Amino acid sequence: MSQWSFVFAAYGLALLATVGLVAAAYRSMRRAESEAEAATRRR
Amino acid sequence: MHGYANPARFLKIARPATAWLLGIGALLLAAGVYGGLAVTPPDYLQGETVRILYIHVPAAWLGMAGWASIAAASISQLVWRHPLAAVAGRAIAPAGATFAALCLATGSIWGRPTWGTWWEWDGRLTSMLILFFLYMGYIGLASAERERGGEGRMAALFGLVGAVNLPIIHYSVLWWRTLHQGQSISITQGSSIAPELLWPLPLTMVGFTAIFAAVALMLMRADLARTKLEARLRRSAAE
Repeated sequence: MSQWSFVFAAYGLALLATVGLVAAAYRSMRRAESEAEAATRRR
Repeated sequence: MHGYANPARFLKIARPATAWLLGIGALLLAAGVYGGLAVTPPDYLQGETVRILYIHVPAAWLGMAGWASIAAASISQLVWRHPLAAVAGRAIAPAGATFAALCLATGSIWGRPTWGTWWEWDGRLTSMLILFFLYMGYIGLASAERERGGEGRMAALFGLVGAVNLPIIHYSVLWWRTLHQGQSISITQGSSIAPELLWPLPLTMVGFTAIFAAVALMLMRADLARTKLEARLRRSAAE
């Protein structure tokens, strides 16, 4: 296997992990903040 | 730090800081990855695989810095009872665990063509794997304590005790001379890496760190919003 295959595998994994982490944190924050805002409006 | 103990004051700073950190992190990472993949020359010994260094080293740094931050938050919680310390610990752990796992995976991918093996029970690799398991334990313990309405003191103690592993990871390459190479970059002694290979590394280091901080801020905001919602639901149920 060429050395570039290992390089791209490592960078692909880093990209997936970073984008996945940011997306999961953003979704969690948006969901929690919109639920808290909705509860405030209901009062 | 106690000036930011008020969640409203903290959120006033955290909201714009999240966007700035994400933007700066993405720009620096793009520049560092471009430099690491397209501009720097291959190493005379490792060839093209040296490029894995630009993501492996920041992942290792953030895996360790994440736990050091958890330990600092634990001290702040246990000694000064800072109200945001437990929230910070819970928010840092998933990001730290991701980067510890990324460090192990990219190291393994680099090890196959360079050392001829995906894994070796070497001091550095094993202590890093233990750090990943510590993160898993911390996440489980902290979320269980939060669900039971606890203050997170057990998780804070676990965070402090787990910090013992950090100097073991750092000095493992000196204590057990096995497969992992020794330190290439030192604050006091400089770097043994050629400058033409080294320059993208600070870019990816700062870029990944900014993204790590943005993720921790987003998870802290999510935790605070959930606490606010739970308090409102409890108040509604009591009325």
